Amino acid sequence: MKFTLSWLKDHLDTDLDTAEIGRRLTALGLEVEEIGDPASKLSGFIVGHVLEAGPHPDADRLKLCRVDTGAGILQVVCGAPNARAGLKVILARPGTLIPATGTVLKAGKVRGIESQGMMCSWRELGLGEDHDGIAELDPAAPLGAPLTEVMHFDPVFDISITPNRADCLGVRGVARDLAAGGAGRLKPLAIAPVAGVYASPVGVRLDFPSDAASACPLFIGRHIRGLKNGESPDWLKARLTAIGLRPISALVDITNYIAYDQARPLHVFDAATLKGDLRARLAASGEKVTALNGKTYDLDDDMIVIADDGGPLGLAGLMGGEGSGCTPTTTEIVLEVALFDPVRIAAAGRRLDILSDARFRFERGVDPAFAHPAAELATRMILDLCGGEASELVVAGAEPDWRRRIALDPGRAGALGGMAVAPDRQRAILTDLGCQVEADGDRLAVEPPSWRADITGPHDLVEEILRIQGYDSIPAVPLPRPALPAPVLTPAQRRRGWVRRCLAARGLVETVTWSFLPSAQASLFGGGAAGLRLANPISSDLDCMRPSALPNLVAAAQRNADRGMRDLGLFEIGPAFDGPEPGQQRLVAVGLRAGAAQARHWAAPVRPVDAFDVKADMLVALAAIGLATDSLTVAAEAPAWYHPGRSGTVKLGNKTLGHFGELHPSLLAGFGLKGRVAGFELDLDALPPAKARATRARPPLKLSPYQSVERDFAFVVDADIPADKVVRAARGADKTLITAAGIFDLYEGAHVGEGKKSLAVTVTLQPTAGTLTDAEIEAVAEKVVAAVTKATGGTLRG
Amino acid sequence: MDQLDRIRAEALAAIAAADGLDALEAARVAALGKKGSISALMAGLGAMNAEERKEAGARFNAVKTEVADAIAARKAELEATALNDRLAGERIDVTLPARPETTGRIHPIPQVMEEITAIFADMGFAVAEGPDIEDDFHNFTALNIPPEHPARQMHDTFYFPPGADGNRHVLRTHTSPVQIRTMRETAPPIRIIAPGRTYRCDSDMTHTPMFHQVEGLVIDEATHMGHLKGCLIQFVRAFFEIDDVPVRFRPSFFPFTEPSAEVDIGCVRRDGELRIGGGEGAGWLEILGCGMVHPNVLKASGIDPDRYQGFAFGMGVERVAMLKYGIPDLRTFFESDLRWLDHYGFAFFDQPTLAGGLAR
Repeated sequence: MKFTLSWLKDHLDTDLDTAEIGRRLTALGLEVEEIGDPASKLSGFIVGHVLEAGPHPDADRLKLCRVDTGAGILQVVCGAPNARAGLKVILARPGTLIPATGTVLKAGKVRGIESQGMMCSWRELGLGEDHDGIAELDPAAPLGAPLTEVMHFDPVFDISITPNRADCLGVRGVARDLAAGGAGRLKPLAIAPVAGVYASPVGVRLDFPSDAASACPLFIGRHIRGLKNGESPDWLKARLTAIGLRPISALVDITNYIAYDQARPLHVFDAATLKGDLRARLAASGEKVTALNGKTYDLDDDMIVIADDGGPLGLAGLMGGEGSGCTPTTTEIVLEVALFDPVRIAAAGRRLDILSDARFRFERGVDPAFAHPAAELATRMILDLCGGEASELVVAGAEPDWRRRIALDPGRAGALGGMAVAPDRQRAILTDLGCQVEADGDRLAVEPPSWRADITGPHDLVEEILRIQGYDSIPAVPLPRPALPAPVLTPAQRRRGWVRRCLAARGLVETVTWSFLPSAQASLFGGGAAGLRLANPISSDLDCMRPSALPNLVAAAQRNADRGMRDLGLFEIGPAFDGPEPGQQRLVAVGLRAGAAQARHWAAPVRPVDAFDVKADMLVALAAIGLATDSLTVAAEAPAWYHPGRSGTVKLGNKTLGHFGELHPSLLAGFGLKGRVAGFELDLDALPPAKARATRARPPLKLSPYQSVERDFAFVVDADIPADKVVRAARGADKTLITAAGIFDLYEGAHVGEGKKSLAVTVTLQPTAGTLTDAEIEAVAEKVVAAVTKATGGTLRG
Repeated sequence: MDQLDRIRAEALAAIAAADGLDALEAARVAALGKKGSISALMAGLGAMNAEERKEAGARFNAVKTEVADAIAARKAELEATALNDRLAGERIDVTLPARPETTGRIHPIPQVMEEITAIFADMGFAVAEGPDIEDDFHNFTALNIPPEHPARQMHDTFYFPPGADGNRHVLRTHTSPVQIRTMRETAPPIRIIAPGRTYRCDSDMTHTPMFHQVEGLVIDEATHMGHLKGCLIQFVRAFFEIDDVPVRFRPSFFPFTEPSAEVDIGCVRRDGELRIGGGEGAGWLEILGCGMVHPNVLKASGIDPDRYQGFAFGMGVERVAMLKYGIPDLRTFFESDLRWLDHYGFAFFDQPTLAGGLAR
């Protein structure tokens, strides 16, 4: 919403300067986006008087002038053809910023002659395109006076209006708020009815089925004849130009002006184009209208049109029609002032994709009580600017009942708003805003004005009171808080933090990627269902909710590789989407390692990342959250996006916690990624809930006084026997003595034969009753060999 | 010179001349071995009378001890030399790089969310969460945004195809639906923040289709707008870790709050850099929206608006992160550029706490 200072002052009597008005507007909730104040850039310019304009000794086209500043006489070299003695000019002295060039003027020599200032053109001041010569001021302009005091500059305010403040889409409403806020006095708005001198030859009708009567409750028309639709007067053109509207013709300009002055859209039809009466009705499906913008719109039966006997003329509340609009040759018109259902206008505007000043106002709600005054105001302006004579009004429908009473407890300002405001002051504020206020016991009975449909309850009135009183005046009070706040994070939230910091500690770099991705990529990772594709994606690259964060990390690895960073480790903790319903999502921790496991180093060979790197990431993360990792099992199976022979699934019981492994080479090729890439996907929502514990005490530490013993074994087993099976068999061979077992070597080769491998296992024995004898150790060793042999079919390597 | 002095001198000379452990051992054997010169002297004691034996024994033993001490001292000398020689040969180039450790980073968005959480947790706020895919009711209707309300145009909403019932789900345009979910599940008093991903169909220099918000909600019988101001001013100063940040509350409009406000903080732009704080040339920068929860929202959430009231706020995580840490471009948050993550990311041990300070 834009307006100029002089326009505002049509409605508001104020002595405040532009900057202060801007501050008041923002404080009232009418946020100033920008104040375009031409004067702010012209502070250094003064009125000069050219005393002499003689020839420059060394340049035919230049003149050597003596210019009186009121405080002295300067020598100025000037190239303007109109520079002459006696002229009052705009003078810049050294040090003045020239708006058009953005540079500060310096004294200097022009063709060898010193020039102590510059006489400016309008263009140099940024005030126009005129550059034929220097600007010529009124001969009466006071010598030496600042230019800003001599010339009238009209600052332009650009304020953003929140959707609830339909009334401030007109200058009048803005002025009313400022006046209520103490920025001045609202001038009375006197609209005298124009007496019609003939009966309108064009009637108006409302043709709505009873269930759609609210679509247009009131339609006022007026015929005006004998007018001339010329150019608007300069003041009107200047105002419209200042706020970015293009003056078109007096009739169009008047409707635009009233839209911005009173937040009241109107329309004028060229009466000569009309066939029969005007009627507001719902469009029939299949009807078309060509609007003023030249576009033809297909209508449906929820939309309101203004029609005549020949069919729809225009889109009610959105835009007039091309065929019935005013032209320079128009001599008789019908003025339309109607009320439309905001919801229908909003819906139609959105469906037809029409953004217009009319739609903007109608969908936010125009003042239902201002239809008659608007008709009279528009008539008056048309008669004043275009001549002619007006018919009597024709009216269909009636002003809807907009009156409502709100009981306000004056204590609410303090209880809800945190600022006690005296009841009298509350009354005054509400009255200034246009409310009718009466005492009703210890409450106030408040009837909001017709232009404030947004005020529906006491909370709205409290806001008005606070807003006008000023939010700055609300005392800030600390929120009462617990003396010693209890921890607030849920176990799952704490675990997420541990996983995050554990993975980062392991060298992975956390990233955040889009929740959506190309559906082709989603399909590669088990997603891409139609229900998870956005109806209106920002681009086809981001059209589907992700089934995992892994494809995004692969894409990120590829982008980094393109920048020369092929070795990396990334992780992300975020949602993965399984279905289109709220809640059909999981929180996953996903990691990826690509390229070399470590940077090249003089003491260590380069090793490509492998499945065991990401297996470790996953298991260490699980250990970090407190899961006993020996309760987990790893199965040699994983989804199709992994390398089928180098990937696994981590399970707890029969519940899958996640997958890890090298990614499938053909998938990587599809991403344009070379080299080995390994990844893991950990489903944080699949973890068993943390056990609630009454205290933080750890279980007692039981240490045996007897030394533990380690015994190593090597078993030759079939190559496809999982190592885990060997370890578990060894571990389980004696449940009291054996406390740990682990693989420390793997050998495959000629010594053990084709299709075989040798696994070296170390077994830890921890006696609790006495030091182990050789015979006891030997007995356990035999049990280990027997158990492994039984479980795996392997043999002890000789 | 008697025989003893000669033997002593020869032995000490041999010890001193020994240039290695082998030569020293030979000198020891020559003097103290079974057939050594001193041993031979000692063997001769048996042939002396008691008087002579006592006198000679004492002299012989003194020499024997002196020689043995000399051997031990020379041995220690030779061993030290040998060790020094060995160590000299084991010299490494200590300027070679140590074995590489890859260091990970924490992304600024989760880090800043943890900072925000630390502050509000201290004020007694729990952390609530909700789904990214929302239904129309939770994202709009319950928040007092009916269909066709102009406020829906404030949100560029991502829609899913209509389901079997004809309703279209959306990607939540704000974290405010978590307010509704929390109020429908929890009886007041309520104090929560709700951090999470949010989505709007908008992409340019200053907008990304996905971004993060932290929602806040306080519902009880007494919390008013003064508390809202107090709470958020405390938050802003704690978060930016600047005691005197100017904070301004400005009337605004959100369908789900009434009265509503936007909060600006003071900042100075100089030489293309933005510095938070007041002083000469300071302007205002909007950082969050807030207000008293609208009675219609309470009603839609099953809470009696005649008894309960409270405030809500919502802020953009990227925005406050950019302001606090001087990150110039919103879009870079989501590019996964390792150079950016390394520069703007945080060390894993930088856990934000109020005790230690939120950031270094």
